Amino acid sequence: MYVAVKGGEAAIDAAHAQLAARRRGDPDLAALTVAQIRDQMALAVARIMAEGSLYDPDLAALALKQAWGDVAEAIFLVRAYRTTLPRLAVTRPLDTAAMAVQRRVSATFKDLPGGQVLGPTFDYTHRLIDFALAAEHGEDASNPPPSAEEPLDAAMPRIADILDTDGLIEPETDADDPDPDAPVPDLTRAPLTFPAGRALRLQALARGDEGFLLSLAYSSQRGHGTTHPFAGEIRMGTVEVEIIPEDLGFPVTIGVVTVTECQMVNQFQGSRTAPPQFTRGYGLVFGFAERKAMAMALVDRALRAPDLGEAVVAPVQDEEFVLSHLDVVEASGFVQHLKLPHYVDFQAELDAVRRMRRAASGEGASS
Amino acid sequence: MSQPDAGVTFGYLDEQTKRMIRRALLKAVAIPGYQVPFAGREMPLPYGWGTGGIQVTASIIGPEDVLKVIDQGADDTTNAVSIRRFFRRVAGVRTTERTREATLIQTRHRIPETPLGPGQILVYQVPIPEPLRFMEPRETETRRMHALADYGVMHVKLYEDIAHYGRVATSYDYPVMVNGRHVMAPSPIPKFDNPKMHDAPFLQLFGAGREKRIYAVPPHTSVVSLDFEDHPFEVQGWDRVCDLCGADDSYLDEVVTDDIGGRLFVCSDSDYCAGRRADGHQGPAAASAAGEALADTMEQVAREHASEDPA
Repeated sequence: MYVAVKGGEAAIDAAHAQLAARRRGDPDLAALTVAQIRDQMALAVARIMAEGSLYDPDLAALALKQAWGDVAEAIFLVRAYRTTLPRLAVTRPLDTAAMAVQRRVSATFKDLPGGQVLGPTFDYTHRLIDFALAAEHGEDASNPPPSAEEPLDAAMPRIADILDTDGLIEPETDADDPDPDAPVPDLTRAPLTFPAGRALRLQALARGDEGFLLSLAYSSQRGHGTTHPFAGEIRMGTVEVEIIPEDLGFPVTIGVVTVTECQMVNQFQGSRTAPPQFTRGYGLVFGFAERKAMAMALVDRALRAPDLGEAVVAPVQDEEFVLSHLDVVEASGFVQHLKLPHYVDFQAELDAVRRMRRAASGEGASS
Repeated sequence: MSQPDAGVTFGYLDEQTKRMIRRALLKAVAIPGYQVPFAGREMPLPYGWGTGGIQVTASIIGPEDVLKVIDQGADDTTNAVSIRRFFRRVAGVRTTERTREATLIQTRHRIPETPLGPGQILVYQVPIPEPLRFMEPRETETRRMHALADYGVMHVKLYEDIAHYGRVATSYDYPVMVNGRHVMAPSPIPKFDNPKMHDAPFLQLFGAGREKRIYAVPPHTSVVSLDFEDHPFEVQGWDRVCDLCGADDSYLDEVVTDDIGGRLFVCSDSDYCAGRRADGHQGPAAASAAGEALADTMEQVAREHASEDPA
């Protein structure tokens, strides 16, 4: 029996209706509220904000709801919305040293000013399914976490700054940069060209696909472009966002964002012009996103290979390779576009293969 | 003309963005075949679905334009329907399936069979704008090769095809030399369509959204498919006609009708095919069950289109 294959507007409308019904699920169950998603799926919301490049937990939660729980699809929704927003101002650089810290650990020093602060981490949970969570009413009475006996130290200096004081680590900014105060370029407003430079690279990494960065970082740890990293410091908490309005001339706080920062400390043997010292890999991500921040810091350091006179031998060190393939919206679109019709091109290939087969069998008969 | 969605800028893109894209288009027209980087925006449709073509169309479309959108040559393929609907929604323009009526045609993978005339604009959706990409994956390298007109690798590739297979194996997205200067990817149109680009009286614009490149072929520009004197460029041909309309000069799609080898060959250009059938032409399988079913579907989609477009 012949089945027609083309779909008109009626077919598209029907597909959208099916999608809406499947997304909602069983109508006898209560629908999720955006507030529930924002608060109880906060790490998914953080990932959507990070890769969507837009700090708006409510919008990210709504996108996740609309996307039927598909994080990549939610990121796409946020991006398409973000692109329509006006750029009103550029903030001052975030001061992560002044972060209201919720978690802060260093793998390089047993103790340090401000101390180690575990905070809300999965790190030492035993990954046993907690069936108590399946109980519908069991959670409301859960005990609040104990308070520390003393408040955290107000001063929580960054490890890299401490090493910097001793000259053991390279300076944070490039001493050769002719114009360190030049505005940071905007990846979403100018076409990406290569070499991109570190400012654009970090921008791209911060919104890059977590899975891709994680695997790249892992590859460098296994020897494909190794960077000998130590997790100098990971901190998560809230920082103030400031702008300097033109008509005021002084900084004004416009909001507070949660970020995760990772400073990787990497070995560097030195060169003819630079003494042996540690080098930096940097990760900064919206929300509580430790895995992403750490992967980003490893990849950032690996991508600095040419600047540090190291041979580029692995994908993770190759700026054009990494930056061209790290975006989840681009990758998802191009991989999935293969399901669009290619009848015409396939027909062209069929024609070519048939001609070649005819030519080949003709030759076989004559020999 | 239907009313565009309230609260959406005409053509969806903000005016600043349109201006940026128009500047890139002007540069592209000034340097035929040269890929102009542009700050492509993140569109509400996925990359790979035509975001480059959509941005080009959105930047040049006006309220008086009549838009035709085709995918695989057909107006009734799902993505063509979806993009046409997008522009009805954000620009409220009149849309058509008639090639002759359209002022602006956005296409994926085909050039219409009905010759376009002066004043018409053809906007191509482009997945990979770089014709040298599969020989040299690095953008930094390919830009240098274009700058130096260093196209040796392309000729080597074509030569190797001939050495291996006895013919050039590329059957679509067949590389062309534009204006005697730039080698250009014509987008994945079958090489059957390449000759239509040469010295064409209409403007051809190419948009690659994910790769953020725009390029153009202005009217009456030379577009030559690369070949060798002893292996001249040749296009696909069929030893049969369209099963529905009997055309012997159009690009044919193969449609599988059953699982015992049944096939229909029909025009990929649905408007061309429907026009010929309306004029009384009949192909060999027009009266078969499969032929009638296929023609019915095409007519049904056309009716839906007409009913949504009151103009």
